[in-house]
Amino acid sequence: MDLILQGLGEAASRLVSLDPDVREATSAALAVSGIATLLSVATGVPAGAWLGLSRFRGRELLLSLVNTGMGLPPVVVGLFVAVLVWRSGPLGNLDWYCTRQAMVVAQYLLAAPTVVGLTAIAIQSVDPMLRVQLAGLGATRGQTLRILVQEARLPILTAAMAGFGAVISEIGASLMVGCNIKGDTRILTTAIALDTSKGEFGSAFALAFILLLLVFAVNAVTTWAQQRRRPL
Amino acid sequence: MPAIIEASDLTVFRGEREVVRVDRMTIEDGETLAVLGPNGAGKSTLVLALASLLPASGELRFHGEVVRDAVAYRRRIAVAFQRPLLLDRSVLDNAALGLELRGVSRPERERRAGEALARIGVAHLARRAAWALSGGEAQRVSIARSLAVRPEVLFLDEPFSGLDGPTREGAIADLGRAVRDEGLTTVLVTHDRDEALSLADRVAVLIGGRVRQADRAETVFATPADPDVAAFVGVENILSARVASSDEELTHLEVGTRVVDVTASAPAGEDSPLVGIPPDDVVISREASPTSARNTFDGRILRIEPIGRRVRVVLDCGFPLVAHVTHRSARELALRAGDDVVASFKATVPHLLPRHRRN
Repeated sequence: MDLILQGLGEAASRLVSLDPDVREATSAALAVSGIATLLSVATGVPAGAWLGLSRFRGRELLLSLVNTGMGLPPVVVGLFVAVLVWRSGPLGNLDWYCTRQAMVVAQYLLAAPTVVGLTAIAIQSVDPMLRVQLAGLGATRGQTLRILVQEARLPILTAAMAGFGAVISEIGASLMVGCNIKGDTRILTTAIALDTSKGEFGSAFALAFILLLLVFAVNAVTTWAQQRRRPL
Repeated sequence: MPAIIEASDLTVFRGEREVVRVDRMTIEDGETLAVLGPNGAGKSTLVLALASLLPASGELRFHGEVVRDAVAYRRRIAVAFQRPLLLDRSVLDNAALGLELRGVSRPERERRAGEALARIGVAHLARRAAWALSGGEAQRVSIARSLAVRPEVLFLDEPFSGLDGPTREGAIADLGRAVRDEGLTTVLVTHDRDEALSLADRVAVLIGGRVRQADRAETVFATPADPDVAAFVGVENILSARVASSDEELTHLEVGTRVVDVTASAPAGEDSPLVGIPPDDVVISREASPTSARNTFDGRILRIEPIGRRVRVVLDCGFPLVAHVTHRSARELALRAGDDVVASFKATVPHLLPRHRRN
């Protein structure tokens, strides 16, 4: 019990004094996961909208693959990206091993299926008659797609938040391709793991508190989006 | 009047099943055409096909030209459905949606959307969020959205069926005024006979995916073309008859054990027609009295059933006969099942239908 109280006390003091290690890990985590999420939204929303609206042979298979992607084990993604950016790997000339770029790629691969899959569901959940109504008002296919994405913006925001929530709290892939370099690729989760292994519970608690705060913020936004009323 | 829309051999399939087939149908410039029919008759499918909103075979002409570019065609018409289908925006932005899709500038589209909202009686809601509207308000906004684009043809698919009585009557009155004032060509899908009578110049009765009768509203309601149409437009008494004799003035029909006089002539070559007698035109009294009605029969009340503001009285007069009377009349005459009464109707009331459906 003393150990926990001592750890919590130290965590509070590190948070209040804006401890440089905590600050660096937090900003690195936000930068890597933020960029990975932005990229997954930029590519995943159009892909998800297309998947949600299109009807073609193999669509169900593609959706199943996307849904499988939503549950990809981070260490498997880490292994795959590590092999890609390894010095002798296909992308070895980029020299991305143990860099934030490699971490962004790995987190993108983890977040994108979530964004694609949930966007497809969000678009499909818009009343199908709305498409007919828009066509009846003279909308082109492009205009219809744009308006449907606008109408599904809150579920799509949920998709983005789910993607961010998934990558901000993952550790396996980031550790494998980022190498947990202090001041560079050390992020909240990898720092917590390291501090815990060293018995530095105060630092680990402080980082965990910030991580929990971020996860709570993500869930708060998601809950707000889910509870909003829709027009008739 | 010239036809603004003309459909020929218009056929819609759902899977292998043919759900609508229209050999020829025209919508005249400036008219309100009600597409009337029971649930599942294919009314909405027909309108979607006429608005080029679903795949259909056959030919659709607009102002005499075959419709090839569906989007360009749809930008000259507007469609409103049973559900308002509003976007998660303000009422004004919703009313301006069709104009936004046509690339109209924001000030211009807000002006025109505001005018349309005013025409349909909801200008005061312009700044409100769409989600905060009641069902009736949302439906009016949906109609205003269609009016704002100043369509050459307005398609309305049961726009009032989800509304309560008073809200519905108000919305119908406002729509009727807007359509009349602008001379707007309108196609109104409804299963409500009163709505059709109130708004339509012509009525097309669709049953089983086929247009059974298309004519002026009064004509369809007074002289339905076949028994199915008659049953749908509310002629509850459709009886088998046989022409006993006829003279210059009247046709005498054997109906059950009685003879019914009618001024209508039997359809050509038909000596066993069906006779339709609207229940609203049957008068019930306690005793026979001198009257101009040619048909007066003693009968017994089998059942009495209240239906809304009227009472349905089922009689046995030697043939089954249904009469509609007001609650007050039923009370004053103290009508009860088992009572002997007198039923009468004029010879001008019944109309004769061929026994077989017309093609």
